[in-house]
Amino acid sequence: MSIVTKIENLGAGTLDVVEQAGRTFNLLLLVLWQLFQPPYRLYPIVRQVYFIGVRSLTVIVVSGLTIGMVLGLAFYNILERFASVNLLGAGVVLSVVRELGPVMTALMVVGRAGSAICAELGIMRISEQVDALECMAIHPDKYLVLPRVLAGLLSVPLLTAIFDFVAIFGGYFVGVIMFGMSDGAYMNSMIDILDWEDVRLGLVKSLIFGVLITLICCAKGYYMHLSKQGTQGAEGVSHVTTDAVVLASISVLFSDFIIGALMS
Amino acid sequence: MSEHAPINPAISVRDLVVDYGVRRILDGVSLDVPAGRIMVIMGGSGTGKSTLLRCMLGLKKPTSGSINVLGTNLAKASQKQLYAMRKQTGVAFQGGALFTSMSVAENIQLALREHTRLDENTIQIMTRIKLDMVNMLPHEHLMPSELSGGMTKRTALARALIMDPKLLFFDEPSAGLDPVTSAELDELILMLKNTLQMTIVVVTHELESAFKIADRITILGTGRVLESGTPQQIRTSPKPEIQALLNRKPRENVLDTDAHLRALMGEAPEPEDKA
Repeated sequence: MSIVTKIENLGAGTLDVVEQAGRTFNLLLLVLWQLFQPPYRLYPIVRQVYFIGVRSLTVIVVSGLTIGMVLGLAFYNILERFASVNLLGAGVVLSVVRELGPVMTALMVVGRAGSAICAELGIMRISEQVDALECMAIHPDKYLVLPRVLAGLLSVPLLTAIFDFVAIFGGYFVGVIMFGMSDGAYMNSMIDILDWEDVRLGLVKSLIFGVLITLICCAKGYYMHLSKQGTQGAEGVSHVTTDAVVLASISVLFSDFIIGALMS
Repeated sequence: MSEHAPINPAISVRDLVVDYGVRRILDGVSLDVPAGRIMVIMGGSGTGKSTLLRCMLGLKKPTSGSINVLGTNLAKASQKQLYAMRKQTGVAFQGGALFTSMSVAENIQLALREHTRLDENTIQIMTRIKLDMVNMLPHEHLMPSELSGGMTKRTALARALIMDPKLLFFDEPSAGLDPVTSAELDELILMLKNTLQMTIVVVTHELESAFKIADRITILGTGRVLESGTPQQIRTSPKPEIQALLNRKPRENVLDTDAHLRALMGEAPEPEDKA
């Protein structure tokens, strides 16, 4: 491959990324506009909250418990060296509430619901269902994207709260039940260290992640006919779904750092 | 309606040009669809039929030219005007485009629920009337995955009819159907025109079906209108492309495999070819 071709490919790739970012931002603006346009329907949002939130509960509880136990184990071993095992509750609760809770919940939602949202919208696009909506004078962005983004905004913070609670219990299980430390010490160190600022940081992150992941996954599926990867049909859906999961996951990790830096 | 009565076109397309990147798909297409008539758009694969249909539906903005549908110039229409026009039209897509998470009845009711404030009882009655028109009433609770090809097309038609449109579009209504189901669908299309005075645009490959239902036929060839007229005018057209299409003659260069391969490889034709 000649140097000119490489530069051309790099330029085309960069333009594609900028175009995709522009389309996603445009979709966000459309969704915000449609939020205030009648008709106002609650049922599609409830349906998506069930799909994104309720049906993610199992994976959130299992991953929360596992991560809480791993954290408990890791912190216990470290704190034991400094004769400070009484701070186990503080270590677990700060890690979970500020960082791991929002991030892990968002990643789990991306894997379980985000991929499904992207694939569903992609299939709707290639099977002309999105065109059918337009031809019925129904705004597809309002009908398909808005309920999913709102459901993400509502579900992810709630799932994060559940994740946090279960993870804290996981740490408690390791520290108090497995290693026999005082439950009062675990609880007191947790209550003493946790500030409203920590809770607020976790809440802001989970709200932003909720919008970010649903918006990226929706945009990837919704605009799959504009994909420059040259594949349509089943292969195209598989491509955009993989892209959506990767992009949403990276966006969660990157924005976690940005939000953390801005709010610390 | 008499054949000689003055007819206002429901759709008027003038000098329509559509480019996809550097490829010109439609190149100066002009046609009129008279109100209350059935217009069939025919042509081989890749001649721009689907693009023309998408332009008429407002799903594709033309590069230049104008498309006037029920008094709305789609090339210049705002989204509000476009959606107002779409409320007066119905579309039966080739694959049905039914929403897979909804039952047959729910698919049909969707537009009513979104655009009207009718009570549940009225919605149910209207749904049943449309389902009965297309012989789908016994299957209203089925999901799209449980339907045959013909049932899918009939459901798509019922959904297209639910808002009592003035203008109805069909994309390949007979594609993939057995001859009996296809003939039933043709009868249904004729019934819609005769009883409801709908203007109907049908994009199809099926010659038999086209000549059975059409009041006017437009034949496209590589982005241009080859011929437009009544079925009789089309049948008697002297143009060789039209006769080739009607008589299902393969294009000559497709049969000349050697010359075609040489052209693909960039080789010169053999000496006897030059003679």
